[in-house]
Amino acid sequence: MATVLPNIVYQRPASLSTRVTHYCPGCTHGVAHRLVAEVLDEMDLREKTIGVAPVGCSVFAYNYFNHDYVEAAHGRAPAMATGIKRVLPQNTVYTYQGDGDLASIGMAEIMHAAARGENITVIFINNAIYGMTGGQMAPTTLPGMVTTSSPVGRDVESMGFPIRMAEILSNLDGAGYVVRRSLHDATNIRKAKKAIRLAFETQERGLGFSMVELLSSCPTNWKLTPNEALTFIEENMVPTFPLGDYKVNQEIARLRV
Amino acid sequence: MALKGWIEVNELHCKGCSLCVEACPQDVMSLDMDRLTPKGYHPVHLHAEGCTGCGICAIVCPDAALTVYREAKQPARVNA
Amino acid sequence: MVKKLYKGNEAFAEAAVRAGCEGFFGYPITPSTEFLEYMAKRMPELGRAFVQAESEVAAINMVYGAACTGKRVMTASSSPGISLMMEGISYIAGTELPVVVINVMRGGPGLGNIAPSQGDYYQMVKGGGHGDYFPISLAPASVQEAVDSIALAFDLAEKYRSIVHVLVDGNIGQMMEPCEMPPMQDPSKRMMPDWAVSGAKDREPNILSSIYIDPVEEEVTNIRLLKRWLEVEKNEVRYKELFMDDAEIAIIAFGTAGRVSSTAVRQARDKGIKVGLFRPITLAPFPKDRIAEIAKQVKRILVVEMNTGMMLDDVNLYVQGRVPVEFYGRLGGVTPFPDEIYDEIIRLSENLDAPKPENPRLDWVNRLEKAIEGGK
Repeated sequence: MATVLPNIVYQRPASLSTRVTHYCPGCTHGVAHRLVAEVLDEMDLREKTIGVAPVGCSVFAYNYFNHDYVEAAHGRAPAMATGIKRVLPQNTVYTYQGDGDLASIGMAEIMHAAARGENITVIFINNAIYGMTGGQMAPTTLPGMVTTSSPVGRDVESMGFPIRMAEILSNLDGAGYVVRRSLHDATNIRKAKKAIRLAFETQERGLGFSMVELLSSCPTNWKLTPNEALTFIEENMVPTFPLGDYKVNQEIARLRV
Repeated sequence: MALKGWIEVNELHCKGCSLCVEACPQDVMSLDMDRLTPKGYHPVHLHAEGCTGCGICAIVCPDAALTVYREAKQPARVNA
Repeated sequence: MVKKLYKGNEAFAEAAVRAGCEGFFGYPITPSTEFLEYMAKRMPELGRAFVQAESEVAAINMVYGAACTGKRVMTASSSPGISLMMEGISYIAGTELPVVVINVMRGGPGLGNIAPSQGDYYQMVKGGGHGDYFPISLAPASVQEAVDSIALAFDLAEKYRSIVHVLVDGNIGQMMEPCEMPPMQDPSKRMMPDWAVSGAKDREPNILSSIYIDPVEEEVTNIRLLKRWLEVEKNEVRYKELFMDDAEIAIIAFGTAGRVSSTAVRQARDKGIKVGLFRPITLAPFPKDRIAEIAKQVKRILVVEMNTGMMLDDVNLYVQGRVPVEFYGRLGGVTPFPDEIYDEIIRLSENLDAPKPENPRLDWVNRLEKAIEGGK
């Protein structure tokens, strides 16, 4: 008589360490970490990958991955990644950054890394707020959004408008793959993973700077439940930060993975 | 006939965030209010039959706390 | 060996290349720019990494990243650029990475000017970045000395997993002098250290970070940094002396101030004045033991600097009031001439047994103001 064997549909990726993360329950940092780890597994890159951790909630990202990692000063990850990749061009180098890290203090570093066409991959977690320091306004905070440093809501007159990084960086000739995805439901998470895969493919093929901007949640500082936070992304963030492909190198566009 | 699936929940990692509960297309997941994980969260569990092993719960899980299994379509030959 | 005429900055750059420097990341700033320009051509010739970064902030962070790989990396800048690098320097120190930073010092504070100065002493020697760390600081006084100090800097950086600053007065970066280049070292022959990141193949991942969120762990780290520094203090003090054996007056000066003083000292010796020059090569570790000895030997000390008296404080600390310590300085990018120092030596020699001045800095600045007004 034949025996039915189970298929494993999903198991924890090898590129994630076994440590329990310190992220809040329902925080999509965990999803982003998982996707990066899954892609590193699928592309067999774990043993040559060096990650650069930011300052922000994910300052301890190095504890959650199973590959070499370094810690950058706030905003400087693209510069650190440049230094590493230039002396170790055969390694896979990525940065993992939040919206304060990348779009505020690190604005010069990300712009120039993209302009130089550094063959690094950037995972950009956009949750429209500063999580680690307790919920202050970010360059990506939506107009009217209440944060601890915009207590009556972001007033565009005095506090300006949110910055759309994917659009801006896609205008730089050194950029090879710049897209925005979201993590608010399974369909979008699948697409995000595909984008992360193509971003690393861009690096492996030397096709220039790659970045995946991921619309993410911050349930704690948004003062929403995890599921409500995902709905907030869909209903409020996506209209301001449209999902899509902003720059795709031709070779990557033709790639079937 | 729907495939049979099942999940394993790693209770060290599950933080009871309920993203999988909401995402499950079969509505067979919920937090187990009778139990606590070592960190003090209510872990998720299957509260009914009907899991198809689609894996959507694992896709949305921020903690990679779920392992998802599904019966193979073709029965495998063992010692045939 | 062959001596060639080299412009300071270019000589230091070539010396770095020969010491096996594999990554240079910098930003143009007078009077250090020639270093960057030389590297822009030379590094790609040898297949090594060169990036002109978007700012000194970015440059030091590129150095930080590259240093994590264990390779020999460095940057060169000048005072205002070095200020921008202080964040990165503190991170590098906290992560315990070997890095060489050259500061071709100019007049300040602020934008200042592009003339040579020694006003970055505190910043370089005490460490201008935040936190408890101990940079090694070298102070060459000629193109040859600076060339020699570059290889030494890399060696010390690696031996102690430390930042090494090389303080180059602006003029030394600019002037042309004959010097002998060391032989080319092959960087590919170097073994990478265990702690370096290179891809976790067949080993546990390496994590390089300066964050120790638990204060207890941070304290352990701080102790480790301190103990390493105590080793540096014990083993790596370097200085040069001129006519110190029977000196009754000691001039203590570093870099260009030391070099100018050496001319004045020779002139004074010709006149029979028993004066000598003590010139620290390492400002950190400070040659405190030798200074304490000198204080027991001489009758008066004159500290000469191109700043408002920064090493003066360190000299006073180790002289401990045994002998009067006076000061002479020029500021803002003005370089002293030998005859100014000579005049000071004469003044001291004629007042050898005069009482200790109450406020040598004030006395000096009053004299200086008068001299400046007099059109000197």
